[in-house]
Amino acid sequence: MSDLFTIVMTASGLVFFAAGTLGLIRFPDTHSRLHALTKADNLGLGLIALGLAVQVPGLADLFKLVLIWALAILAAGATAQLVARIAAPADLGEEPQSPPDETGDGETRRT
Amino acid sequence: MIASLFDLTLCLLILAAAGAAVFGRAAFMAVVFFIVYGILIAIAWLRLGAIDVALAEAAIGAGLTGVLLLAALARITRRIDAPEPSTGPDRTTLATALASLVIASAIAFAFLTLPEPQGLQERVAENLADAGAENPVTAVLLNFRGWDTLLESIVLLAALLGIWTLARDEAWGGRAGPRHVTRPGGVLAQFGRVLPPIGLLVGIYLVWAGSKQPGGAFQGGTVLAAVWIVTIMAGLMQAPRVADRALRAALVIGPVIFLALAVAGVVAGAFLVFPPVHAGWLILAVEAVLTLSIAVTLAMLVFGPPEEEEKP
Amino acid sequence: MSSWYLLLATGLLLTIGGALWRVWRGPDQADRMMAAQLVGTGGVATILLLAAATGEWAMLDVALVLALLAALAAIAFVKSVRGAGHGDPEDEAQNDAARADEAPR
Repeated sequence: MSDLFTIVMTASGLVFFAAGTLGLIRFPDTHSRLHALTKADNLGLGLIALGLAVQVPGLADLFKLVLIWALAILAAGATAQLVARIAAPADLGEEPQSPPDETGDGETRRT
Repeated sequence: MIASLFDLTLCLLILAAAGAAVFGRAAFMAVVFFIVYGILIAIAWLRLGAIDVALAEAAIGAGLTGVLLLAALARITRRIDAPEPSTGPDRTTLATALASLVIASAIAFAFLTLPEPQGLQERVAENLADAGAENPVTAVLLNFRGWDTLLESIVLLAALLGIWTLARDEAWGGRAGPRHVTRPGGVLAQFGRVLPPIGLLVGIYLVWAGSKQPGGAFQGGTVLAAVWIVTIMAGLMQAPRVADRALRAALVIGPVIFLALAVAGVVAGAFLVFPPVHAGWLILAVEAVLTLSIAVTLAMLVFGPPEEEEKP
Repeated sequence: MSSWYLLLATGLLLTIGGALWRVWRGPDQADRMMAAQLVGTGGVATILLLAAATGEWAMLDVALVLALLAALAAIAFVKSVRGAGHGDPEDEAQNDAARADEAPR
């Protein structure tokens, strides 16, 4: 039963990874590709971690799985924000629309 | 069957990343491929069953080296005010390639002509009870072959001295590296607040766990260094002055205590010998101070030489 | 079960291969960096599966370190693009000032 759960979850995880890579290859510009990466991949990692969560031998390993996923999300969230700002002017061919205080306030949402 | 498929795919990816890092036209691309290469190599070490090495590779190859190379690249392009330096093959490249080829062939020759490998696993396993550490890798690094670790920690210091000699005279004694600015309350500043507590915990855990399972001073120290670097790049702290006495004490305390214990070992029998009764806590103590020194040294290596004297 | 994990891990390696292609193609530095980020996430997932396949759960520590340091290179990257390596990557106006400060000495 738990093996079945693991198989379904990890397989769905791989599907999201594949989708992320497909987006990374096929999407036309930098910003679209950012979406593909930071969303699909971390969902994929989460599903794989969830699938393995029923297989780990101890509570400490379960905690590590959760921490790994949390760290990956944190890293992806922060880097996506930062890299998007770097890519903004060059990629859109124009100056940023608003002063920095109002551009994509990801930080206020996360705190 | 599937295992071989995995290994084959992994090898192909590693070769592709390595080739692209060497032959790529743009320096930035080469750096990114090198980071990617570090991640793939860490996986390869896992496949070879060397979890300790994989940990070190993940922390240093995929983590710190990337920061070091990107900072160096930013420095180069800023100094010569030119587009990305190209890495096309020239005479130096060819000479380096040739030298690498000769060395690689020599190593291959030495490896292939080795007598039937005896392996040291058995001898390590026989003496593990006296080593003071359950993880054989830690036992080898800090007890059976303490020499190597002692000298490595001194080599790191020498590398830092080499970098510090690049400082201009008027900047000497100032804060290491440029001063980082970020928007207060911005994404980077927030990230710099959230990550370090977790990183501290992971770093200390790796050192602590090192006596029983993969981990140790080098891996833990690298993680701690990375955490410190994040805090400084996020503009939340400033790098220390290179003339700071506390900083210098932190840099040398690991090698000094290791050396002192090694000399004290002469009383107990021979240089660098830990008496089996005390080996356990001695190794933990050496690991603790080594972790501190390694973390501070690696971070200072990444910060670079002092660039500007602080105005009072 | 072990074969299943390794099969999935091989699939993950293929997605990493796709990311390598994007690192090669670019065209922007940002594209290359983000593709490296995907290799990082994919690498973490691969290690999780390897740990499950071999039963060596100590491998989780490697995934932990990789996930912890995943953002390090990207931060160094945004830093290196703006303000000559130490400016605020989130402030475009200040960035120009910082660049002006960096006139050749």
